Amino acid sequence: MTDMVLQVSGVAVEYGRRGQRVRAVDGVDLGVARGEIVGLVGESGCGKSTLARAAVGLEPLAAGSVTFEGQPVVALGRRRRPDYLRGLQMVFQDPYESLNPRRKIGELIADGAWLGGARRKDGLERAAELLERVGMPANAVDSYAHEFSGGQRQRIAIARTLAARPTCLIADEPISALDASAQAQVANLLSELVDEEDLGLILVSHDLSVVRQVADRVAVMYLGRIVEVGATDTVWANPQHPYTEALVAAIPRPDGAGVLPVDLPGDVPDPANPPAGCRFHPRCPIAEASCSELEQRLLPVAGRDIACHIRSGAVAHARQPHAG
Amino acid sequence: MGALLQVENLTVALPTRSGYQNAVDGVSFAVDAGEVMGIAGESGSGKTMTALSLFGLLPHGARTSGSIRLDGGELLDMNAKQLRAIRGRQIAMVSQDPATALHPILSIGTQMTEHMRHHLGVSKSEALTRAADLLGTVRIPDPEQALHSYPGQFSGGMRQRIAIAVALAAEPRLLVADEPTTALDVTVQAGILRLLDRLCRERGLAVIVITHDLGVMSATARRLCVMYAGRLAEAGPTSELLASPRHPYTRGLLDALPHPEAGGAPLVPIGGSPPSLGRVPAGCPFHPRCRYAQPLCATERPEPKPISDLHLLACPPDPLRAAS
Amino acid sequence: MTVAAPAPLEPPATAVVDNARWRRLRPDTPLPWRRPLALAGLAIIGAWAVMALFAPLIAPDNPLAQNFATLRPPSGAHWFGTDELGRDVFSRVLFGARITLPLAVILVIAAMIIGAVLGGIAGFFGGWVDNLIMRIADLVFAFPGIILALAVAAALGPQLRNAVIAVIVVSWPAYARLVRSLVLSARSSQYVVASRLLGSSGLRVLFIDVRPNAAGPTLVLAALDIGNAVLLLSGLSFLGLGAQPPTAEWGAMVAEGAQNFSDWWVGMFPGLAILTVVLAFNFIGDTLRDMLDPRTARAVRV
Repeated sequence: MTDMVLQVSGVAVEYGRRGQRVRAVDGVDLGVARGEIVGLVGESGCGKSTLARAAVGLEPLAAGSVTFEGQPVVALGRRRRPDYLRGLQMVFQDPYESLNPRRKIGELIADGAWLGGARRKDGLERAAELLERVGMPANAVDSYAHEFSGGQRQRIAIARTLAARPTCLIADEPISALDASAQAQVANLLSELVDEEDLGLILVSHDLSVVRQVADRVAVMYLGRIVEVGATDTVWANPQHPYTEALVAAIPRPDGAGVLPVDLPGDVPDPANPPAGCRFHPRCPIAEASCSELEQRLLPVAGRDIACHIRSGAVAHARQPHAG
Repeated sequence: MGALLQVENLTVALPTRSGYQNAVDGVSFAVDAGEVMGIAGESGSGKTMTALSLFGLLPHGARTSGSIRLDGGELLDMNAKQLRAIRGRQIAMVSQDPATALHPILSIGTQMTEHMRHHLGVSKSEALTRAADLLGTVRIPDPEQALHSYPGQFSGGMRQRIAIAVALAAEPRLLVADEPTTALDVTVQAGILRLLDRLCRERGLAVIVITHDLGVMSATARRLCVMYAGRLAEAGPTSELLASPRHPYTRGLLDALPHPEAGGAPLVPIGGSPPSLGRVPAGCPFHPRCRYAQPLCATERPEPKPISDLHLLACPPDPLRAAS
Repeated sequence: MTVAAPAPLEPPATAVVDNARWRRLRPDTPLPWRRPLALAGLAIIGAWAVMALFAPLIAPDNPLAQNFATLRPPSGAHWFGTDELGRDVFSRVLFGARITLPLAVILVIAAMIIGAVLGGIAGFFGGWVDNLIMRIADLVFAFPGIILALAVAAALGPQLRNAVIAVIVVSWPAYARLVRSLVLSARSSQYVVASRLLGSSGLRVLFIDVRPNAAGPTLVLAALDIGNAVLLLSGLSFLGLGAQPPTAEWGAMVAEGAQNFSDWWVGMFPGLAILTVVLAFNFIGDTLRDMLDPRTARAVRV
């Protein structure tokens, strides 16, 4: 685990809703090493964005810990973020909101350098360099965010995180608000940066086919927990958890074959009142009576870890109290 | 037998600062009963304006020319009252965001029966029975209960099903679905796509699906029109277009997609972004982004020409002919 | 365009500039200098400013000198007539502008600064500080402005300076509310979060990231408020709580006119002066508000 630049261990995140505590994330372990892209996928309400925010310290933890380069990630409060966390940055979903509309692009990017103690002139020079690094003209430093398209803004937002010389990026749905052609451009940019700057990247997305394209490892979340995690090719080619199976089968393929995607009946349950045992069992095609009783934990099956005692054949293990 | 909907040489001009600009420019297509036809394109391709023109709901000041015949009746010649009689009764729309399509403070039952009683002249009890049937058809659990519920009480996927049920309430013959699943998760999307497919087969409903997602197209549409900058780039059977695209833009859209079968190969984005209204290049609108562009592409406006029985192509050089 | 490896450029930024800038304003909004109302407002304010500045040169007479026959109707010698003490009304109206206009501007600026600072503190610190400041603001809001201003002015004693203070007391909460709401929405916005992740302190975010976004709406509110301030200030003087005789102040002059009701010119000309100034500032403020995007416009309307 020590080679991980960012390590999430047993993390739970709660928020209050109408007086009750809702666990949006419930006992998640996940790590990312430098030079690696970990895809975090799941459908709306599964807690993937909450987990991403918790990992950079934007949500307080109800349990567990997050460490970045061996030091704890503290939740961002009123105080200034400690300097050792500057290497851990986030790219947000909506580049229209993550760039201050009233400040020049150059200042926005240079902020990252200035806050690290760079001189004014050096910061602005760095901003111009970084713009070119992400495939933008360097003279964009004097423009404002609204002068650019969605894809260009997302590049600018990425350049700003690079100004802090990060070793780990967390990107929360960085391309889902963009047009088709811009999506591919930004996805490619992110994977290049990971290779060339030796970054760790957690890529949060609802779109499994995007993650499939760029991620080395993939973690599938359902209702606050990871149900399957492993090398992307392995998981994609032969998903083992029934939920991952449903997710992969539901993706329509643009091959012109006219095959309808497979439907997964039912809705995601309310996280305030999750089903007992395996959280997927009410919608699971292979559920058995034991599924509503046994807490699941990740166990290795066919080269990846899944949280399904039926598929892992680990009834005996699963009976043990949930460690989380 | 003539097609249910016949659109010929449709042109929609919108007022802008630099005078009227064609958002839709000479588009022709036809839809038969019981058929799903797809219109694909990025934002700004004119696909939504095409849809709105079917309803006479274009922005204020828009000018149209050409012809839209529904069952022989010319929609562009109709006055507001005649159009109102057609909207909902003959053609209905499902939009991207079910949250805005449904009235938040009217019960589902009221929203559905309003339609039926207005257009079909049935009694209230008859309308309620039919509404419950329809909700059953779109697989809403416990339809009777749902009639007394409000949109806010349902999840996004359920709301989109309800929006479809509301659209179908007055038994229209043509359903226009504008990005019906873009805001939904894949497993929910799969359910909606299957529903649309079933409605076509069982009720002889004609559907126009408008989306930028070629996977969705491949799963549902039998025929496909690819639009770019308000013009038809390529049209034909979906299987043919997606398996062996002839227009460089169609090819580009496919290559930019994370393709489930493509493995970890990097995505190939189309360089540049689509032109905005009023900045459409002369000649072929795609030529500045086209890797096969020839000098004549910058001057000659390409018209869609049949290259086989059902396949239209607006690319005279036809550089992909050899590949297919 | 050739596909430049590895990540092709989108077209030069200028290609989208116009379009984007265009989208920010509402598409049908004509530019400010094309709007007749704003133009009229600017012209009127400009004219008043010139008159106030050059009043000693323009005015035919000393505004305080009782040189003429009393209560003469408007004539070639006295365009606006004379009042009950035989002073030239035209000269008094001109000199009145030298009192009302600068005071209104100064008090609005003062109210804006006080309100913005308190609102910024409330929005930034939250908790009990926020509660304290905003409850005081609510308290002020609970009274009709003129009544509270009356009470304050009466308590401090009838004097022009105290009337100004009274108007500031009733005006600052609007700015506090606006700035607080802007700070609150900016504080949770993604660009602020992104800046904090880079290591900005809360205070730096407030001054560097939030301030430019709050400045526009606040200035618009101030422009809208000047008319209001003129009205309140004149109102207090009219009621005898502001400028004291023999000062040439419009509100006080209208009050004199009210005592000489049959001699209409004594009250009407200062009244018209108030009317034109208030209208002109409102025209300008309204136009500025329309130029803002609809969401902020709603916040300013509070």
